[in-house]
Amino acid sequence: MKLHEYQSKSIFARYGVPIPRGRVAGIATEAKQIAEELGGRVIVKSQVLVGGRGKAGGIRLAKTPQEAEELATHILGMEIKGLKVRKVLIDEAVTIVKEIYLGITNDRAQRCPVMMASSEGGMEIEEVARKTPEKILKVAIDPLLGLRDFQARDLAVSMDLPKEHWKVFVNIAQGLWKAYQENDGTLAEINPLVITADNRLLALDGKMVIDDNALYRHLDLTETRDQDEEAPSEVEARKYGLSFIKLDGEIGCMVNGAGLAMATMDIIKLLGGTPANFLDIGGGASSEKVAAALRIILADRNVKAVLINIFGGITRGDEVARGILTAIQEVKPRVPMIVRLVGTNAEEGRRLLANSNLVTAETLVDAARKAIAISKGG
Amino acid sequence: MSILVNKNTRLLVQGITGHEGMFHTQQMVQYGTNVVAGVTPGKGGEWVLDGKVPVFDSVKVAVEVTGPNTSVIFVPARGAADAILEAADAGIELIICITEGVPVADMMRVRRFLDQRSVRLIGPNCPGLLTPGEAKVGIIPGSIAIPGNVGVVSRSGTLTYEVLAALRQSGMGSSTCVGIGGDPINGTSFVDVLELFEADPHTEKVVMIGEIGGSDEETAAEFIATRMTKPVAAFIAGQSAPPGKRMGHAGAIIEGGSGGAVEKIAALEAAGVRIAKHPEEIPNLLAA
Repeated sequence: MKLHEYQSKSIFARYGVPIPRGRVAGIATEAKQIAEELGGRVIVKSQVLVGGRGKAGGIRLAKTPQEAEELATHILGMEIKGLKVRKVLIDEAVTIVKEIYLGITNDRAQRCPVMMASSEGGMEIEEVARKTPEKILKVAIDPLLGLRDFQARDLAVSMDLPKEHWKVFVNIAQGLWKAYQENDGTLAEINPLVITADNRLLALDGKMVIDDNALYRHLDLTETRDQDEEAPSEVEARKYGLSFIKLDGEIGCMVNGAGLAMATMDIIKLLGGTPANFLDIGGGASSEKVAAALRIILADRNVKAVLINIFGGITRGDEVARGILTAIQEVKPRVPMIVRLVGTNAEEGRRLLANSNLVTAETLVDAARKAIAISKGG
Repeated sequence: MSILVNKNTRLLVQGITGHEGMFHTQQMVQYGTNVVAGVTPGKGGEWVLDGKVPVFDSVKVAVEVTGPNTSVIFVPARGAADAILEAADAGIELIICITEGVPVADMMRVRRFLDQRSVRLIGPNCPGLLTPGEAKVGIIPGSIAIPGNVGVVSRSGTLTYEVLAALRQSGMGSSTCVGIGGDPINGTSFVDVLELFEADPHTEKVVMIGEIGGSDEETAAEFIATRMTKPVAAFIAGQSAPPGKRMGHAGAIIEGGSGGAVEKIAALEAAGVRIAKHPEEIPNLLAA
């Protein structure tokens, strides 16, 4: 689950990371009031869960509270990469002397979290990583020991941070690590961490992503999940424990297992069709889940055919078949459905479906061919 | 005839009295797997499967009484990491974790702990292992594979079934099928299993099923190029997947250019691996 900048920074602050004074606002007059409290010069920052806000004009400097209100009005009406801006963060404006990058994520290859730092922080950090990888410094964090002070100090020394900042930098690094560890982060990032004109270190921006599998032990965070930022179909899918990603094609897919779901999309594309979605109904899918999945797929008006591909292991074919029948009664599909059912209890499943108006297929290739022909009006 | 599990496997089932644990224990016993005991804290002293399998409160006691050499875990995600550590602590050397949804931080700590001792973990979030005709440990439907000389290793569950069924359709059987699971941090990698297949005299060909994300396939390609003599065929799922909606830079910096289907396929092809366009093509690639 992604957290907004204002949420991430308030978590960082709880762990001792210094952040600018500021508050979040949902309406422009509130922005003005906050700007007045902060003494006038503020940054108005759109809160959307996507990168590139600055380049899109979603982060602006206001010299007066009046200007803050105008900018907030403008930004609150914006859409950035398809996401509507519903909140702005009003932060005190500071004079920046230097921008540093500091982040933590998990490194699959090393099987542990890695802290990264660079003296070349700011919007172009990925460019820096590509062109001058030596300017990105990394330390691996032992998951049993945690980040050690010497590791953080090594980063400070290696990026030529002035000696006077080392101690504060180590505290910030430790704070970021604790925020990451205690909240089950998969990403915690400060970009930029700045040195201000009055020689303070300050986390100007913050991003955090929380491991969805660990949300059960962070119920306080789940309550803040911003559903406005997700496609309604994806929110609906999560409610039923389905993993769903909407795409632009014409063939709706319902598959059990992520690997097989991807392979099904691949084969549709390989044979000349276009998948409308990725949908994994998971292991042991109940008929209720199957019905929900079908409703979500059919809600997409672009869908011209639905391909159901189930290879039963934990999932049982008869249960899926019952789910399909329930869903058909309920949803009254307006497009043809192609079903391929194999594995655990598949025969029973096929028998249940025999009298319905479905196209059946034996193999994956066969199923994909039939779905493509139908979607193209054949 | 196999790697990791066979007729000599003495299996313990952790979470045996749960819904999934019970159903699949039944299936494993029916297949002929030697299930010696189960564990569910609080249910010690009970017997399941018509009094055939004793249940214990802890792995430690189950090990003392019944001497299992392998454990399979069906414990829910919140308790899965603990279950793995409990099995390792009790001296079990091969642990298979079927559970999906284990927090990644838990797995990093577990993996670090296991690396310090001689324990092999397979999974989590995996379908387990099947040595056709000998033992089924996990949830792979036993009926879809026959004994043979093709070793199968896969990151995906149901996609593995697809490949096993396609092999069977062409009259090909497998030595052992290993589902290593799709989680970012797992116990056993492609390379670990490829190494075992290379050393196993009864495995003559290998099928590898990968997917997008991570760099395990690229590492495997390097191993195949330098250390493997047996022919390998592969399928990589996710060739049509759109790039994820990403936020933050740390992931991109760490993963660099790897992770996509194109890079993985290129690396494997360069290592001499035959790449299938779809799973049903694999038997042809092996026969050629």
